[in-house]
Amino acid sequence: MSVTSALDGDINVTNTDTAIEVSGLHMSYGPLEVLRGVDFTVAPGEVIALLGPNGAGKTTTIEILEGFRMPSAGHVRVLGTEPAKGDERWRAGLGVVLQSWRDHGRWPVHKLLEHLGRYYAPYSTPGRPRPLDTGELIEAVGLTEQAGRRVSRLSGGQRRRLDVAIGIVGRPEVLFLDEPTAGFDPQARRDFHDLVHRLSDLDDTTILLTTHDLDEAEKLADRILILAGGKIVADGSADRLSREVSRDAQVRWSRGGEQFVHATEDATAFVRDLFAQYGEQIGDLEVRRATLEDTYMAILKKEEG
Amino acid sequence: MNPTLHAARLGLSRGWTEFKHSLTNAQDIGFTIVSTTAFVVVLYFQRDAKVPGTDLSLAAATLPGILGLGMAFNGLVGAVGALAVEREDGTLLRAKALPQGMVGYLVGRIVSLSLTAVGGLLIVIVAGLILVPELAGAGAGGWLTVAWVALLGLLATLPWGAVIGSLATSPQTAAGLSMLTMGGISAVSGIFYPITALLPWLQVIGQAFPLYWLGLGMRSALLPDAAAAAELGGSWRPLETLGVLLAWSVAGLVLAPPILRRMARRESGSLMQVRRERALQRIG
Repeated sequence: MSVTSALDGDINVTNTDTAIEVSGLHMSYGPLEVLRGVDFTVAPGEVIALLGPNGAGKTTTIEILEGFRMPSAGHVRVLGTEPAKGDERWRAGLGVVLQSWRDHGRWPVHKLLEHLGRYYAPYSTPGRPRPLDTGELIEAVGLTEQAGRRVSRLSGGQRRRLDVAIGIVGRPEVLFLDEPTAGFDPQARRDFHDLVHRLSDLDDTTILLTTHDLDEAEKLADRILILAGGKIVADGSADRLSREVSRDAQVRWSRGGEQFVHATEDATAFVRDLFAQYGEQIGDLEVRRATLEDTYMAILKKEEG
Repeated sequence: MNPTLHAARLGLSRGWTEFKHSLTNAQDIGFTIVSTTAFVVVLYFQRDAKVPGTDLSLAAATLPGILGLGMAFNGLVGAVGALAVEREDGTLLRAKALPQGMVGYLVGRIVSLSLTAVGGLLIVIVAGLILVPELAGAGAGGWLTVAWVALLGLLATLPWGAVIGSLATSPQTAAGLSMLTMGGISAVSGIFYPITALLPWLQVIGQAFPLYWLGLGMRSALLPDAAAAAELGGSWRPLETLGVLLAWSVAGLVLAPPILRRMARRESGSLMQVRRERALQRIG
Protein backbone atom coordinates (compact mmCIF):
# COMPACT_ATOMS: atom_id res chain seq x y z
CA MET A 1 0.00 0.00 0.00
CA SER A 2 1.48 3.33 -1.02
CA VAL A 3 2.26 6.22 1.24
CA THR A 4 0.13 8.59 -0.79
CA SER A 5 -2.98 6.54 -0.39
CA ALA A 6 -2.34 6.49 3.36
CA LEU A 7 -2.12 10.28 3.28
CA ASP A 8 -5.32 10.47 1.30
CA GLY A 9 -7.01 8.67 4.11
CA ASP A 10 -7.90 6.05 1.56
CA ILE A 11 -6.80 3.11 3.65
CA ASN A 12 -9.60 0.83 4.55
CA VAL A 13 -9.80 1.06 8.31
CA THR A 14 -13.12 -0.69 8.23
CA ASN A 15 -14.43 -1.96 11.47
CA THR A 16 -16.06 -5.33 10.89
CA ASP A 17 -18.58 -4.42 13.56
CA THR A 18 -20.31 -2.03 11.19
CA ALA A 19 -22.43 -2.85 8.18
CA ILE A 20 -22.63 0.76 7.01
CA GLU A 21 -20.21 3.58 7.75
CA VAL A 22 -20.76 7.12 6.56
CA SER A 23 -18.72 10.13 7.58
CA GLY A 24 -18.39 13.61 6.14
CA LEU A 25 -20.60 12.67 3.19
CA HIS A 26 -21.13 15.58 0.84
CA MET A 27 -23.17 15.63 -2.33
CA SER A 28 -23.77 18.54 -4.68
CA TYR A 29 -25.74 18.70 -7.90
CA GLY A 30 -24.06 21.64 -9.57
CA PRO A 31 -24.43 24.59 -7.23
CA LEU A 32 -27.09 22.79 -5.19
CA GLU A 33 -25.65 21.21 -2.06
CA VAL A 34 -27.90 18.33 -1.03
CA LEU A 35 -25.77 16.62 1.61
CA ARG A 36 -23.40 18.68 3.75
CA GLY A 37 -21.53 16.30 5.98
CA VAL A 38 -23.68 13.30 6.79
CA ASP A 39 -22.33 11.00 9.53
CA PHE A 40 -23.75 7.75 10.82
CA THR A 41 -22.95 4.09 11.28
CA VAL A 42 -25.17 1.04 11.25
CA ALA A 43 -24.31 -2.19 13.07
CA PRO A 44 -24.97 -5.58 11.45
CA GLY A 45 -28.56 -6.66 11.99
CA GLU A 46 -29.76 -3.19 12.90
CA VAL A 47 -32.93 -1.77 11.37
CA ILE A 48 -32.61 1.95 10.69
CA ALA A 49 -35.30 4.34 9.50
CA LEU A 50 -34.12 7.40 7.66
CA LEU A 51 -36.66 10.19 8.00
CA GLY A 52 -36.74 13.71 6.65
CA PRO A 53 -38.78 16.15 4.61
CA ASN A 54 -39.05 15.78 0.84
CA GLY A 55 -35.86 16.88 -0.85
CA ALA A 56 -33.76 16.38 2.27
CA GLY A 57 -31.50 13.95 0.42
CA LYS A 58 -32.78 10.59 1.70
CA THR A 59 -32.88 9.01 -1.74
CA THR A 60 -29.52 10.54 -2.67
CA THR A 61 -27.98 9.04 0.47
CA ILE A 62 -29.41 5.61 -0.29
CA GLU A 63 -28.29 5.76 -3.92
CA ILE A 64 -24.74 6.55 -2.83
CA LEU A 65 -24.79 3.59 -0.43
CA GLU A 66 -26.14 1.34 -3.20
CA GLY A 67 -23.26 2.41 -5.43
CA PHE A 68 -25.60 3.98 -7.98
CA ARG A 69 -24.27 7.48 -7.44
CA MET A 70 -20.82 8.95 -6.78
CA PRO A 71 -20.59 11.17 -3.71
CA SER A 72 -18.88 14.56 -4.07
CA ALA A 73 -16.81 13.89 -0.96
CA GLY A 74 -16.73 11.79 2.16
CA HIS A 75 -16.01 8.34 3.52
CA VAL A 76 -18.61 5.68 2.75
CA ARG A 77 -18.35 1.94 3.42
CA VAL A 78 -21.01 -0.70 2.99
CA LEU A 79 -20.02 -4.20 4.12
CA GLY A 80 -16.48 -2.86 4.33
CA THR A 81 -16.34 -1.72 0.71
CA GLU A 82 -16.55 1.67 -0.92
CA PRO A 83 -19.82 1.39 -2.91
CA ALA A 84 -18.46 3.13 -6.02
CA LYS A 85 -15.76 0.43 -6.22
CA GLY A 86 -17.88 -2.52 -5.13
CA ASP A 87 -17.50 -5.68 -7.22
CA GLU A 88 -20.16 -8.24 -8.09
CA ARG A 89 -19.54 -10.28 -4.94
CA TRP A 90 -20.17 -7.18 -2.88
CA ARG A 91 -23.25 -6.45 -4.99
CA ALA A 92 -24.58 -9.94 -4.23
CA GLY A 93 -24.69 -9.02 -0.54
CA LEU A 94 -27.05 -6.10 -1.13
CA GLY A 95 -30.77 -5.93 -1.68
CA VAL A 96 -32.21 -2.87 -3.37
CA VAL A 97 -35.82 -1.68 -3.43
CA LEU A 98 -36.19 1.64 -5.21
CA GLN A 99 -39.10 4.05 -5.05
CA SER A 100 -40.56 3.08 -8.38
CA TRP A 101 -40.06 0.39 -10.94
CA ARG A 102 -42.33 -0.59 -13.79
CA ASP A 103 -40.04 -3.03 -15.56
CA HIS A 104 -40.63 -6.61 -16.72
CA GLY A 105 -44.35 -6.01 -17.20
CA ARG A 106 -44.75 -9.06 -19.43
CA TRP A 107 -43.15 -11.55 -17.06
CA PRO A 108 -45.27 -13.74 -14.82
CA VAL A 109 -44.55 -13.01 -11.14
CA HIS A 110 -43.06 -16.39 -10.18
CA LYS A 111 -40.99 -16.63 -13.35
CA LEU A 112 -39.46 -13.20 -12.87
CA LEU A 113 -38.66 -13.83 -9.24
CA GLU A 114 -37.06 -17.16 -10.08
CA HIS A 115 -35.05 -15.69 -12.96
CA LEU A 116 -33.70 -12.79 -10.90
CA GLY A 117 -32.98 -15.06 -7.95
CA ARG A 118 -30.75 -17.30 -10.04
CA TYR A 119 -28.17 -14.55 -10.41
CA TYR A 120 -27.35 -15.05 -6.73
CA ALA A 121 -26.74 -18.80 -6.96
CA PRO A 122 -22.95 -18.48 -7.49
CA TYR A 123 -22.75 -16.55 -4.21
CA SER A 124 -24.49 -19.19 -2.15
CA THR A 125 -22.62 -20.34 0.96
CA PRO A 126 -23.51 -23.13 3.43
CA GLY A 127 -24.27 -20.50 6.08
CA ARG A 128 -26.34 -18.41 3.69
CA PRO A 129 -27.92 -20.45 0.90
CA ARG A 130 -28.93 -18.24 -2.01
CA PRO A 131 -31.41 -17.55 -3.50
CA LEU A 132 -34.52 -17.91 -1.34
CA ASP A 133 -37.12 -20.40 -2.49
CA THR A 134 -39.41 -18.64 -4.96
CA GLY A 135 -42.63 -20.23 -3.70
CA GLU A 136 -41.93 -19.46 -0.06
CA LEU A 137 -40.93 -15.91 -0.86
CA ILE A 138 -44.09 -15.33 -2.90
CA GLU A 139 -46.11 -16.61 0.02
CA ALA A 140 -44.17 -14.44 2.46
CA VAL A 141 -45.08 -11.28 0.55
CA GLY A 142 -48.66 -12.45 0.06
CA LEU A 143 -48.66 -12.87 -3.71
CA THR A 144 -49.52 -16.58 -3.90
CA GLU A 145 -52.78 -15.88 -5.71
CA GLN A 146 -51.01 -13.62 -8.20
CA ALA A 147 -48.01 -15.91 -8.77
CA GLY A 148 -49.01 -16.76 -12.33
CA ARG A 149 -50.15 -13.27 -13.22
CA ARG A 150 -48.20 -10.92 -15.44
CA VAL A 151 -46.42 -8.17 -13.54
CA SER A 152 -48.27 -5.47 -15.51
CA ARG A 153 -51.58 -6.84 -14.18
CA LEU A 154 -50.66 -6.34 -10.52
CA SER A 155 -52.12 -3.52 -8.44
CA GLY A 156 -49.80 -0.83 -7.11
CA GLY A 157 -49.49 -2.47 -3.70
CA GLN A 158 -48.95 -5.93 -5.16
CA ARG A 159 -46.29 -4.55 -7.48
CA ARG A 160 -44.55 -3.00 -4.48
CA ARG A 161 -44.59 -6.30 -2.62
CA LEU A 162 -43.02 -7.95 -5.63
CA ASP A 163 -40.31 -5.26 -5.58
CA VAL A 164 -39.62 -6.10 -1.96
CA ALA A 165 -39.52 -9.81 -2.80
CA ILE A 166 -37.01 -9.14 -5.58
CA GLY A 167 -34.98 -7.04 -3.15
CA ILE A 168 -34.63 -9.94 -0.71
CA VAL A 169 -34.53 -12.93 -3.06
CA GLY A 170 -30.73 -13.02 -2.82
CA ARG A 171 -30.82 -13.09 1.01
CA PRO A 172 -28.98 -9.80 1.33
CA GLU A 173 -26.81 -8.91 4.27
CA VAL A 174 -27.77 -5.28 3.79
CA LEU A 175 -31.17 -4.28 2.46
CA PHE A 176 -32.07 -0.78 1.23
CA LEU A 177 -35.75 0.06 1.12
CA ASP A 178 -36.76 3.42 -0.32
CA GLU A 179 -40.35 4.11 0.81
CA PRO A 180 -41.28 0.44 0.67
CA THR A 181 -44.88 0.74 1.82
CA ALA A 182 -46.08 3.66 -0.30
CA GLY A 183 -49.43 2.57 -1.69
CA PHE A 184 -49.96 -0.36 0.72
CA ASP A 185 -53.32 -0.96 2.33
CA PRO A 186 -53.28 -1.46 6.13
CA GLN A 187 -53.27 -5.27 5.88
CA ALA A 188 -50.40 -5.29 3.37
CA ARG A 189 -48.54 -2.83 5.55
CA ARG A 190 -48.88 -5.03 8.58
CA ASP A 191 -47.76 -8.11 6.60
CA PHE A 192 -44.79 -6.16 5.36
CA HIS A 193 -43.83 -5.16 8.89
CA ASP A 194 -43.93 -8.82 9.91
CA LEU A 195 -41.70 -9.66 6.98
CA VAL A 196 -39.15 -7.01 7.96
CA HIS A 197 -39.12 -8.30 11.53
CA ARG A 198 -38.55 -11.83 10.30
CA LEU A 199 -35.72 -10.73 8.01
CA SER A 200 -33.92 -8.92 10.74
CA ASP A 201 -34.56 -11.60 13.39
CA LEU A 202 -33.93 -14.78 11.41
CA ASP A 203 -31.48 -13.63 8.77
CA ASP A 204 -29.78 -10.88 10.74
CA THR A 205 -30.28 -8.59 7.75
CA THR A 206 -29.16 -5.01 8.20
CA ILE A 207 -31.97 -2.80 6.94
CA LEU A 208 -31.96 0.86 6.02
CA LEU A 209 -35.35 2.18 5.03
CA THR A 210 -36.77 5.58 4.24
CA THR A 211 -40.39 6.34 4.99
CA HIS A 212 -42.82 9.17 5.55
CA ASP A 213 -44.85 7.01 7.89
CA LEU A 214 -43.63 7.82 11.39
CA ASP A 215 -45.72 5.10 12.91
CA GLU A 216 -43.96 2.64 10.64
CA ALA A 217 -40.54 3.99 11.57
CA GLU A 218 -41.34 3.59 15.23
CA LYS A 219 -42.62 0.04 14.77
CA LEU A 220 -39.79 -1.22 12.60
CA ALA A 221 -36.65 0.64 13.44
CA ASP A 222 -34.16 0.06 16.23
CA ARG A 223 -32.89 3.50 15.54
CA ILE A 224 -34.18 6.57 13.73
CA LEU A 225 -32.08 9.03 11.77
CA ILE A 226 -33.56 12.37 10.82
CA LEU A 227 -32.02 14.03 7.79
CA ALA A 228 -32.67 17.76 7.41
CA GLY A 229 -30.73 20.56 5.81
CA GLY A 230 -28.24 18.06 4.41
CA LYS A 231 -27.20 16.71 7.83
CA ILE A 232 -28.28 14.10 10.34
CA VAL A 233 -30.00 16.19 12.99
CA ALA A 234 -31.20 13.38 15.21
CA ASP A 235 -30.00 9.82 15.80
CA GLY A 236 -31.50 7.47 18.34
CA SER A 237 -34.38 5.18 19.22
CA ALA A 238 -37.85 6.70 18.94
CA ASP A 239 -38.04 6.69 22.72
CA ARG A 240 -34.74 8.46 23.18
CA LEU A 241 -35.58 11.08 20.58
CA SER A 242 -38.87 11.83 22.31
CA ARG A 243 -37.14 12.25 25.64
CA GLU A 244 -34.55 14.54 24.12
CA VAL A 245 -37.17 16.84 22.75
CA SER A 246 -39.51 16.80 25.69
CA ARG A 247 -39.60 14.87 28.91
CA ASP A 248 -43.17 15.90 29.54
CA ALA A 249 -46.07 13.51 29.32
CA GLN A 250 -49.65 14.65 29.09
CA VAL A 251 -52.05 13.29 31.66
CA ARG A 252 -55.77 13.56 30.98
CA TRP A 253 -58.56 12.57 33.33
CA SER A 254 -62.09 13.46 34.30
CA ARG A 255 -63.58 14.16 37.69
CA GLY A 256 -67.10 15.12 38.46
CA GLY A 257 -67.99 15.45 34.79
CA GLU A 258 -65.09 17.82 34.13
CA GLN A 259 -62.07 17.15 31.87
CA PHE A 260 -58.53 17.91 33.03
CA VAL A 261 -55.14 18.01 31.28
CA HIS A 262 -51.77 18.31 32.93
CA ALA A 263 -48.23 18.17 31.55
CA THR A 264 -45.62 16.61 33.78
CA GLU A 265 -42.14 15.17 33.70
CA ASP A 266 -43.01 12.35 36.10
CA ALA A 267 -46.40 11.04 35.07
CA THR A 268 -46.27 8.04 37.40
CA ALA A 269 -45.84 10.14 40.54
CA PHE A 270 -48.49 12.58 39.39
CA VAL A 271 -51.05 9.85 38.80
CA ARG A 272 -50.22 8.23 42.16
CA ASP A 273 -50.94 11.55 43.91
CA LEU A 274 -54.07 11.99 41.86
CA PHE A 275 -55.48 8.67 43.05
CA ALA A 276 -54.36 9.27 46.60
CA GLN A 277 -56.24 12.55 46.60
CA TYR A 278 -59.44 11.63 44.72
CA GLY A 279 -59.55 7.84 44.59
CA GLU A 280 -62.56 6.53 42.77
CA GLN A 281 -63.69 9.90 41.47
CA ILE A 282 -61.03 9.72 38.75
CA GLY A 283 -62.20 8.49 35.36
CA ASP A 284 -61.04 8.38 31.70
CA LEU A 285 -57.38 8.35 32.73
CA GLU A 286 -54.95 8.68 29.84
CA VAL A 287 -51.18 9.22 29.92
CA ARG A 288 -49.60 10.18 26.65
CA ARG A 289 -45.95 10.66 25.96
CA ALA A 290 -44.86 12.81 23.03
CA THR A 291 -45.38 10.71 19.90
CA LEU A 292 -42.67 10.33 17.32
CA GLU A 293 -44.67 12.71 15.19
CA ASP A 294 -44.54 15.43 17.89
CA THR A 295 -40.83 14.80 18.27
CA TYR A 296 -40.20 14.83 14.55
CA MET A 297 -42.06 18.10 14.05
CA ALA A 298 -40.28 19.67 17.02
CA ILE A 299 -36.86 18.63 15.71
CA LEU A 300 -37.59 19.93 12.22
CA LYS A 301 -38.90 23.21 13.62
CA LYS A 302 -35.76 23.64 15.70
CA GLU A 303 -33.60 22.95 12.62
CA GLU A 304 -35.42 25.48 10.52
CA GLY A 305 -34.56 27.91 13.30
CA MET B 1 -19.56 -22.03 -11.03
CA ASN B 2 -18.12 -19.04 -12.91
CA PRO B 3 -20.52 -16.17 -12.12
CA THR B 4 -20.04 -14.41 -15.46
CA LEU B 5 -20.70 -17.55 -17.49
CA HIS B 6 -23.61 -18.33 -15.21
CA ALA B 7 -25.07 -14.87 -15.88
CA ALA B 8 -24.50 -15.30 -19.62
CA ARG B 9 -26.49 -18.54 -19.50
CA LEU B 10 -29.24 -16.74 -17.59
CA GLY B 11 -29.11 -14.16 -20.37
CA LEU B 12 -29.79 -16.87 -22.95
CA SER B 13 -32.90 -18.06 -21.15
CA ARG B 14 -33.88 -14.44 -20.55
CA GLY B 15 -33.61 -13.68 -24.28
CA TRP B 16 -35.71 -16.70 -25.18
CA THR B 17 -38.37 -15.70 -22.64
CA GLU B 18 -38.44 -12.11 -23.88
CA PHE B 19 -38.73 -13.36 -27.47
CA LYS B 20 -41.68 -15.56 -26.53
CA HIS B 21 -43.28 -12.60 -24.76
CA SER B 22 -42.92 -10.48 -27.90
CA LEU B 23 -44.74 -13.19 -29.88
CA THR B 24 -47.78 -12.87 -27.65
CA ASN B 25 -47.71 -9.09 -27.49
CA ALA B 26 -50.27 -7.51 -29.80
CA GLN B 27 -48.22 -4.35 -30.37
CA ASP B 28 -44.98 -6.16 -31.24
CA ILE B 29 -46.59 -8.78 -33.38
CA GLY B 30 -48.81 -6.16 -35.02
CA PHE B 31 -45.76 -4.19 -36.12
CA THR B 32 -44.15 -7.31 -37.60
CA ILE B 33 -47.35 -8.25 -39.42
CA VAL B 34 -47.86 -4.77 -40.89
CA SER B 35 -44.26 -4.37 -42.08
CA THR B 36 -44.06 -7.90 -43.45
CA THR B 37 -47.40 -7.55 -45.20
CA ALA B 38 -46.19 -4.33 -46.81
CA PHE B 39 -43.12 -6.13 -48.15
CA VAL B 40 -45.17 -9.06 -49.40
CA VAL B 41 -47.61 -6.72 -51.17
CA VAL B 42 -44.66 -5.01 -52.89
CA LEU B 43 -43.35 -8.40 -54.01
CA TYR B 44 -46.82 -9.43 -55.21
CA PHE B 45 -47.22 -6.41 -57.48
CA GLN B 46 -43.68 -6.77 -58.79
CA ARG B 47 -43.93 -10.47 -59.60
CA ASP B 48 -44.77 -10.04 -63.31
CA ALA B 49 -42.65 -6.96 -64.01
CA LYS B 50 -39.16 -7.50 -65.36
CA VAL B 51 -35.98 -5.62 -64.63
CA PRO B 52 -35.48 -3.65 -67.89
CA GLY B 53 -33.15 -5.42 -70.29
CA THR B 54 -33.22 -8.76 -68.41
CA ASP B 55 -35.64 -11.60 -67.80
CA LEU B 56 -35.23 -11.19 -64.05
CA SER B 57 -38.49 -10.36 -62.28
CA LEU B 58 -38.54 -7.10 -60.38
CA ALA B 59 -39.71 -9.02 -57.30
CA ALA B 60 -36.60 -11.21 -57.40
CA ALA B 61 -34.43 -8.12 -57.59
CA THR B 62 -36.20 -6.42 -54.66
CA LEU B 63 -36.47 -9.35 -52.26
CA PRO B 64 -32.77 -9.54 -51.32
CA GLY B 65 -32.81 -5.83 -50.52
CA ILE B 66 -35.81 -6.36 -48.25
CA LEU B 67 -33.95 -9.14 -46.42
CA GLY B 68 -30.94 -6.88 -45.93
CA LEU B 69 -33.08 -3.96 -44.80
CA GLY B 70 -34.92 -6.21 -42.33
CA MET B 71 -31.70 -7.27 -40.64
CA ALA B 72 -30.39 -3.72 -40.37
CA PHE B 73 -33.76 -2.40 -39.21
CA ASN B 74 -34.23 -5.05 -36.54
CA GLY B 75 -30.63 -4.69 -35.41
CA LEU B 76 -30.45 -0.93 -35.20
CA VAL B 77 -33.99 0.26 -34.45
CA GLY B 78 -34.70 -2.78 -32.26
CA ALA B 79 -31.66 -2.19 -30.08
CA VAL B 80 -32.26 1.55 -29.85
CA GLY B 81 -35.90 1.09 -28.89
CA ALA B 82 -35.25 -1.63 -26.33
CA LEU B 83 -32.47 0.28 -24.60
CA ALA B 84 -34.31 3.58 -24.54
CA VAL B 85 -37.48 2.05 -23.13
CA GLU B 86 -35.70 -0.16 -20.62
CA ARG B 87 -33.64 2.68 -19.30
CA GLU B 88 -36.84 4.52 -18.53
CA ASP B 89 -38.89 1.69 -17.06
CA GLY B 90 -36.16 0.49 -14.69
CA THR B 91 -35.19 -2.80 -16.36
CA LEU B 92 -31.62 -1.61 -16.69
CA LEU B 93 -31.41 -0.43 -13.12
CA ARG B 94 -32.82 -3.76 -11.96
CA ALA B 95 -30.04 -5.47 -13.92
CA LYS B 96 -27.53 -3.15 -12.31
CA ALA B 97 -28.76 -4.11 -8.85
CA LEU B 98 -28.07 -7.81 -9.51
CA PRO B 99 -24.63 -9.43 -9.36
CA GLN B 100 -23.52 -9.75 -13.01
CA GLY B 101 -26.96 -8.48 -13.93
CA MET B 102 -25.69 -6.36 -16.84
CA VAL B 103 -24.11 -9.43 -18.45
CA GLY B 104 -27.43 -11.24 -18.26
CA TYR B 105 -29.29 -8.21 -19.54
CA LEU B 106 -27.04 -7.67 -22.56
CA VAL B 107 -26.89 -11.32 -23.56
CA GLY B 108 -30.65 -11.52 -23.16
CA ARG B 109 -31.21 -8.48 -25.34
CA ILE B 110 -28.83 -9.70 -28.05
CA VAL B 111 -30.59 -13.07 -28.11
CA SER B 112 -34.13 -11.66 -28.23
CA LEU B 113 -33.29 -9.04 -30.88
CA SER B 114 -31.47 -11.63 -33.00
CA LEU B 115 -34.37 -14.05 -32.75
CA THR B 116 -36.77 -11.30 -33.80
CA ALA B 117 -34.55 -10.39 -36.75
CA VAL B 118 -34.12 -14.00 -37.87
CA GLY B 119 -37.85 -14.61 -37.44
CA GLY B 120 -38.58 -11.65 -39.72
CA LEU B 121 -36.02 -12.94 -42.22
CA LEU B 122 -37.65 -16.36 -42.34
CA ILE B 123 -41.13 -14.93 -42.86
CA VAL B 124 -39.98 -12.88 -45.87
CA ILE B 125 -38.04 -15.85 -47.28
CA VAL B 126 -41.10 -18.10 -47.04
CA ALA B 127 -43.25 -15.43 -48.72
CA GLY B 128 -40.50 -15.09 -51.33
CA LEU B 129 -40.38 -18.81 -52.05
CA ILE B 130 -44.08 -18.69 -52.88
CA LEU B 131 -44.14 -15.45 -54.90
CA VAL B 132 -40.69 -15.43 -56.51
CA PRO B 133 -39.92 -18.67 -58.38
CA GLU B 134 -36.30 -17.60 -59.06
CA LEU B 135 -35.55 -17.99 -55.34
CA ALA B 136 -35.76 -21.78 -55.56
CA GLY B 137 -32.67 -21.77 -57.75
CA ALA B 138 -30.45 -20.21 -55.09
CA GLY B 139 -28.82 -23.47 -54.02
CA ALA B 140 -27.01 -24.40 -50.80
CA GLY B 141 -24.16 -21.96 -51.40
CA GLY B 142 -26.64 -19.14 -51.83
CA TRP B 143 -28.43 -19.89 -48.55
CA LEU B 144 -25.11 -20.12 -46.78
CA THR B 145 -24.31 -16.64 -48.04
CA VAL B 146 -27.72 -15.44 -46.81
CA ALA B 147 -26.82 -16.82 -43.38
CA TRP B 148 -23.43 -15.15 -43.03
CA VAL B 149 -24.58 -11.86 -44.50
CA ALA B 150 -27.53 -11.86 -42.09
CA LEU B 151 -25.29 -12.64 -39.13
CA LEU B 152 -22.74 -10.00 -40.05
CA GLY B 153 -25.57 -7.56 -40.70
CA LEU B 154 -26.76 -8.04 -37.12
CA LEU B 155 -23.25 -7.68 -35.76
CA ALA B 156 -22.73 -4.52 -37.78
CA THR B 157 -25.95 -2.85 -36.61
CA LEU B 158 -26.84 -4.10 -33.09
CA PRO B 159 -23.89 -2.46 -31.28
CA TRP B 160 -24.61 0.82 -33.06
CA GLY B 161 -28.21 0.60 -31.94
CA ALA B 162 -26.92 0.18 -28.38
CA VAL B 163 -24.74 3.28 -28.83
CA ILE B 164 -27.63 5.44 -30.08
CA GLY B 165 -29.93 4.04 -27.39
CA SER B 166 -27.34 4.94 -24.72
CA LEU B 167 -26.80 8.47 -25.97
CA ALA B 168 -30.47 9.39 -26.48
CA THR B 169 -32.12 11.23 -23.63
CA SER B 170 -35.62 9.81 -24.07
CA PRO B 171 -37.39 6.99 -25.95
CA GLN B 172 -38.91 9.59 -28.27
CA THR B 173 -35.52 11.05 -29.16
CA ALA B 174 -34.18 7.55 -29.61
CA ALA B 175 -36.98 6.50 -31.93
CA GLY B 176 -36.67 9.70 -33.94
CA LEU B 177 -32.91 9.41 -34.23
CA SER B 178 -32.90 5.80 -35.30
CA MET B 179 -35.76 6.14 -37.80
CA LEU B 180 -34.09 9.19 -39.32
CA THR B 181 -30.78 7.34 -39.57
CA MET B 182 -32.41 4.30 -41.14
CA GLY B 183 -34.53 6.38 -43.52
CA GLY B 184 -31.59 8.47 -44.65
CA ILE B 185 -29.30 5.51 -45.17
CA SER B 186 -31.84 3.30 -46.92
CA ALA B 187 -32.57 6.12 -49.41
CA VAL B 188 -28.97 5.96 -50.67
CA SER B 189 -28.35 2.24 -50.27
CA GLY B 190 -30.00 0.89 -53.38
CA ILE B 191 -32.54 -1.21 -51.50
CA PHE B 192 -35.66 -0.53 -53.58
CA TYR B 193 -33.96 0.83 -56.70
CA PRO B 194 -30.42 0.34 -58.05
CA ILE B 195 -27.70 2.46 -56.48
CA THR B 196 -26.38 3.04 -60.02
CA ALA B 197 -29.35 5.36 -60.58
CA LEU B 198 -28.03 7.76 -57.93
CA LEU B 199 -25.62 10.69 -58.32
CA PRO B 200 -22.00 9.55 -57.88
CA TRP B 201 -21.47 11.35 -54.55
CA LEU B 202 -24.63 9.75 -53.15
CA GLN B 203 -23.28 6.40 -54.28
CA VAL B 204 -20.14 7.06 -52.23
CA ILE B 205 -22.22 7.87 -49.14
CA GLY B 206 -24.38 4.80 -49.66
CA GLN B 207 -21.34 2.54 -49.88
CA ALA B 208 -19.94 3.92 -46.65
CA PHE B 209 -22.78 2.36 -44.66
CA PRO B 210 -23.47 -1.33 -44.02
CA LEU B 211 -26.99 -1.32 -45.50
CA TYR B 212 -25.86 -1.18 -49.14
CA TRP B 213 -23.53 -4.14 -48.57
CA LEU B 214 -26.23 -6.09 -46.77
CA GLY B 215 -28.46 -5.69 -49.83
CA LEU B 216 -25.61 -6.49 -52.20
CA GLY B 217 -24.64 -9.58 -50.23
CA MET B 218 -28.22 -10.85 -50.26
CA ARG B 219 -28.51 -10.21 -54.02
CA SER B 220 -25.25 -12.10 -54.62
CA ALA B 221 -26.71 -15.01 -52.69
CA LEU B 222 -30.12 -15.18 -54.32
CA LEU B 223 -29.80 -13.80 -57.87
CA PRO B 224 -28.24 -15.51 -60.88
CA ASP B 225 -24.61 -14.56 -61.49
CA ALA B 226 -25.53 -12.67 -64.64
CA ALA B 227 -27.38 -10.11 -62.51
CA ALA B 228 -24.06 -8.90 -61.11
CA ALA B 229 -23.66 -6.94 -64.33
CA ALA B 230 -26.21 -4.43 -63.01
CA GLU B 231 -24.15 -3.72 -59.88
CA LEU B 232 -21.44 -1.11 -59.39
CA GLY B 233 -18.28 -2.41 -61.04
CA GLY B 234 -20.28 -5.23 -62.57
CA SER B 235 -19.40 -7.57 -59.70
CA TRP B 236 -20.87 -8.87 -56.42
CA ARG B 237 -17.69 -7.72 -54.68
CA PRO B 238 -17.95 -10.38 -51.90
CA LEU B 239 -14.61 -9.45 -50.31
CA GLU B 240 -15.55 -5.80 -50.07
CA THR B 241 -18.93 -6.83 -48.60
CA LEU B 242 -17.19 -8.91 -45.96
CA GLY B 243 -14.68 -6.14 -45.30
CA VAL B 244 -17.15 -3.30 -44.86
CA LEU B 245 -19.55 -5.33 -42.69
CA LEU B 246 -16.67 -6.57 -40.55
CA ALA B 247 -15.30 -3.04 -40.18
CA TRP B 248 -18.68 -1.77 -38.95
CA SER B 249 -19.00 -4.75 -36.60
CA VAL B 250 -15.57 -4.26 -35.08
CA ALA B 251 -16.01 -0.51 -34.71
CA GLY B 252 -19.42 -1.01 -33.07
CA LEU B 253 -18.21 -3.76 -30.77
CA VAL B 254 -15.26 -1.62 -29.67
CA LEU B 255 -17.33 1.51 -29.18
CA ALA B 256 -20.49 0.08 -27.62
CA PRO B 257 -19.18 -1.44 -24.34
CA PRO B 258 -17.60 1.76 -22.91
CA ILE B 259 -20.61 3.84 -23.96
CA LEU B 260 -22.99 1.29 -22.48
CA ARG B 261 -20.93 1.17 -19.29
CA ARG B 262 -20.92 4.94 -19.02
CA MET B 263 -24.66 5.08 -19.51
CA ALA B 264 -25.27 2.26 -17.02
CA ARG B 265 -23.00 3.83 -14.44
CA ARG B 266 -25.04 7.01 -14.59
CA GLU B 267 -28.38 5.25 -14.24
CA SER B 268 -30.02 5.80 -10.89
CA GLY B 269 -33.47 5.77 -9.44
CA SER B 270 -33.73 9.54 -9.22
CA LEU B 271 -32.55 9.97 -12.81
CA MET B 272 -35.28 7.54 -13.86
CA GLN B 273 -37.77 9.53 -11.82
CA VAL B 274 -36.79 12.78 -13.54
CA ARG B 275 -37.22 11.20 -16.97
CA ARG B 276 -40.56 9.77 -15.97
CA GLU B 277 -41.82 13.14 -14.76
CA ARG B 278 -40.72 14.70 -18.04
CA ALA B 279 -42.53 11.96 -19.94
CA LEU B 280 -45.70 12.58 -17.95
CA GLN B 281 -45.48 16.28 -18.76
CA ARG B 282 -45.30 15.46 -22.44
CA ILE B 283 -48.45 13.39 -22.16
CA GLY B 284 -50.34 15.73 -19.85
